[in-house]
Amino acid sequence: MDSEAIEAKVKQIIMEKLNVEESEIVPSANFIEDLRADSLDTVELVMAFEDAFQITIPLEDQDKLQTVGQAIDYLKEKLAS
Amino acid sequence: MPIHNAKFTSFGSYVPKKVITNFDLEKIVDTTDEWIRARTGMMERHYAEPEEAASDLAYIAAQRALEASPLKHRDIDMIIVGTVTGDHAFPSTACILQKKLGMKNIPCFDLSAGCTGFLYSVDVAKNFIENGTKHNILVVGVEILSKVTNFKDRSTCVLFGDGAGATIISRTERNDISRIIDSVMYADGSQSDLLYQPAGGSRMPASQETVEKNLHTIYMEGNRIFKNAIRSMYAAVDELLRRNKLEAKDIDWIVPHQANIRIIESLADKLHFPMNKVIVNIEKYANTSSATIPIALDEAIRDKKIRRGDLVILTSFGAGLTWGAILARF
Ligand SMILES: CC(C)(COP(=O)(O)OP(=O)(O)OC[C@H]1O[C@@H](n2cnc3c(N)ncnc32)[C@H](O)[C@@H]1OP(=O)(O)O)[C@@H](O)C(=O)NCCC(=O)NCCS
Repeated sequence: MDSEAIEAKVKQIIMEKLNVEESEIVPSANFIEDLRADSLDTVELVMAFEDAFQITIPLEDQDKLQTVGQAIDYLKEKLAS
Repeated sequence: MPIHNAKFTSFGSYVPKKVITNFDLEKIVDTTDEWIRARTGMMERHYAEPEEAASDLAYIAAQRALEASPLKHRDIDMIIVGTVTGDHAFPSTACILQKKLGMKNIPCFDLSAGCTGFLYSVDVAKNFIENGTKHNILVVGVEILSKVTNFKDRSTCVLFGDGAGATIISRTERNDISRIIDSVMYADGSQSDLLYQPAGGSRMPASQETVEKNLHTIYMEGNRIFKNAIRSMYAAVDELLRRNKLEAKDIDWIVPHQANIRIIESLADKLHFPMNKVIVNIEKYANTSSATIPIALDEAIRDKKIRRGDLVILTSFGAGLTWGAILARF
């Protein structure tokens, strides 16, 4: 999967799970502070990434995915390795 | 092929009278009604009186299940109680319940599987019926979690309540459409430290220190449990569906363990199953561990939601970790 496809898929998942507009999904957007998620939404979001990309994201790593940009970078790196 | 079929004959339930609202909890810990409702779906829970023990709640639920059935006390040939908050470490709450019900000469035992205690107990009962050993087994899920709650820990103390639910599982004719069709039960002991009561057992017997440090209460890593709960219940339900060549749309009702509405919604979403066919009563009772499913079933049958002939899936997860699912035609 190339990096554009990853990015598109991540954005689509965020849009569906958090019920937000595409325009809000900018790299600096923080899931909790900007996209109105609560801590349980972020767990569900991570689970949706796991399902979509068929990977497991250990709980220790969850804190590394606090913004849209961080999520995209994390997933790109994870899928490259 | 089992020799006989097993079915749910009747249900009964009981919750103690005292109601504790989210607003009551606001006075005890730093929390809000809004937080509790948004994160869990809970609004009220019932707490037992100081003098009430698990067998007292179990007795009323069991009497109600017996009254709702055509059976007499003497027809019951085994009692299984799923609980982690029994009257005593020993003897079993099932034996105390037997005494209260005036039953004689039958085997009685408790089963410890955390919040999955009721499903595990039903599964054990099903096997005793199917292999022809027993005819009518009383199965109770009962819990008094308010007495093992740490009221200094806001992340756990808002979640739990007390209650009891009972059912009678009976041998049934081959041509009866009602039967418990299939079950899956699992555990992963490597995650036993995510949810447990540290003190009071042989690992850490009661001492002045254990009492002062609140170690006779529920310790939980809620965040880790949350993800596990959704994944494990989904896997169990999926396995049951596949094995029985069913799809989610063939199921009339799902009755999940009532631990958190967010877990229930996420499970339904993953299964593509509509929430209006999921039995939910978490707003009234919160998490009563092994009692949630039998209480929910009793109510759903009395409210004429679940009817004879309906295909129903029960699913739960809990301390252990344990999880499982049961497929039954009611
Ligand atoms: C317990 C549960 C609702 C907590 O939700 P969560 O989003 O994971 O909560 P966290 O522990 O991450 O805490 C999030 C924040 O809410 C706060 N919080 C926790 N409980 C609170 C309460 N009752 N009131 C207000 N705030 C609370 C935390 O202190 C934390 O604040 P911080 O971010 O400022 O540190 C959730 O994890 C859950 O339901 N897990 C499953 C548990 C379960 O079902 N157990 C039974 C198994 S049978």
